[in-house]
Amino acid sequence: MKLTLKIWRQENAKAKGAMKTYQIDGIEGDMSFLEMLDVLNEELINKGEVPVEFDHDCREGICGSCSLQINGEPHGPDRLVTTCQLHMRKFNDGDTIVIEPFRATAFPVVTDLIVDRTAFDRIQHAGGYISVNTSGNTIDANSIPVNKHDADDSFNAATCIGCGACVAACKNASAMLFTSAKVSQYALLPQGQVEAVERVENMVRQMDLEGFGNCTNTGACEIECPKGISLENIARMNREYLSATSKG
Amino acid sequence: MGIISSSIARKVAMALSGLFLVLFLGQHFTINLTSTFSPETFNEFSHFMGTNFLVQAILQPVLIFGVIFHFVMGFILEIRNRSARQISYVSYKGSANSSWVSRNMIYSGIVILAFLGLHFYDFWFPEIAYKYIEGNPADATRYYGELVEKFHSPVRTGLYVLSFIFLALHLYHGFASSFQSVGFNNKYATALKKFAKVYAIVIPAGFIFIALFHHFNH
Repeated sequence: MKLTLKIWRQENAKAKGAMKTYQIDGIEGDMSFLEMLDVLNEELINKGEVPVEFDHDCREGICGSCSLQINGEPHGPDRLVTTCQLHMRKFNDGDTIVIEPFRATAFPVVTDLIVDRTAFDRIQHAGGYISVNTSGNTIDANSIPVNKHDADDSFNAATCIGCGACVAACKNASAMLFTSAKVSQYALLPQGQVEAVERVENMVRQMDLEGFGNCTNTGACEIECPKGISLENIARMNREYLSATSKG
Repeated sequence: MGIISSSIARKVAMALSGLFLVLFLGQHFTINLTSTFSPETFNEFSHFMGTNFLVQAILQPVLIFGVIFHFVMGFILEIRNRSARQISYVSYKGSANSSWVSRNMIYSGIVILAFLGLHFYDFWFPEIAYKYIEGNPADATRYYGELVEKFHSPVRTGLYVLSFIFLALHLYHGFASSFQSVGFNNKYATALKKFAKVYAIVIPAGFIFIALFHHFNH
């Protein structure tokens, strides 16, 4: 497969970036998108050029490290996959592929295709936890009965890997889907009730402080989320927030 | 102002003001529809709305506040949302994951705002001048004639029809999504959202029918 790649190159956070065009040949359909970039980087290194920098870690869709806006969509044209799970068979010989970093004021570019997503970490730190006594007398979580439906919804919310595709897809660069997933996974469980009020208030406050946009219910985040996190979580977070603010 | 300073509070405020305006729209449509089959009924309703103290002194200011709040908040949100992505994508495929109407609420909203300017110029300002500035005596039979006279002009009728199309687009996303904004997402939500989508088409289509009816029948 022969491809034309248009890739965002930016030396560092302060440098002015630009799109650069590369030609690449010999790409197999069974390769992952990141393996295709590995091939490109080998060629660039052999030519003495600076390789394209991009985030990656587990390469099996669970760590949330890989990102990339591919032909205008986060994680590319496939659904329910991360960039590392995207296969080159989704593209055709002769295609031009535009590869950009996730764009959001709260996700500044570090270099090339790598963005700083620590804003998500700070939202988590603001309330994405529960208080459990871990000094040796911890009660087994399974000893507390949980409604099956709530347990499933909580688990589904907890599958969010924090990749940032929701922000990248949203026309407003809103982080509501991510924040709502992190709020929901605890809001649905008895263990999460102790800090319920502070959690949603603090996480939403931090989300706003980071400079993410406002949700306008376009639903793009849900469609592009590699883990299928549902918009129901945003409705739940809105309820939690209204309930928390009414309690003062 | 504490609650309105958060993104969720702004979202809920937009939804509630929008829902209020949707309710008003239904009431406005119901009264206007009577003009197509009973000029007397239309005159009676209009006279009541135009002279009732509760409507004039309380509901009307609340409505005007609701309209102003909704569009001012809409502009504030648009500015904030644009600043949340200061560097645009070279390639952004919004059509792959969201509807055109949901991504362009600001533009359909601006058209509706411009229409409100025309609508106030046509009906509200003359009405206020007639009653409160010129101090004319109450006339319960004048409303139907004033309505019909406005729709003689093909340009005005065309502008109204065009505006109602944009109103339908705005409502098609806005009405249904307001339930999501206020956190209403349970087993009844699907049916309610379907009703909202039907309402978003039927009410503006009804307004178009009324405008064309008076244009072609008089």
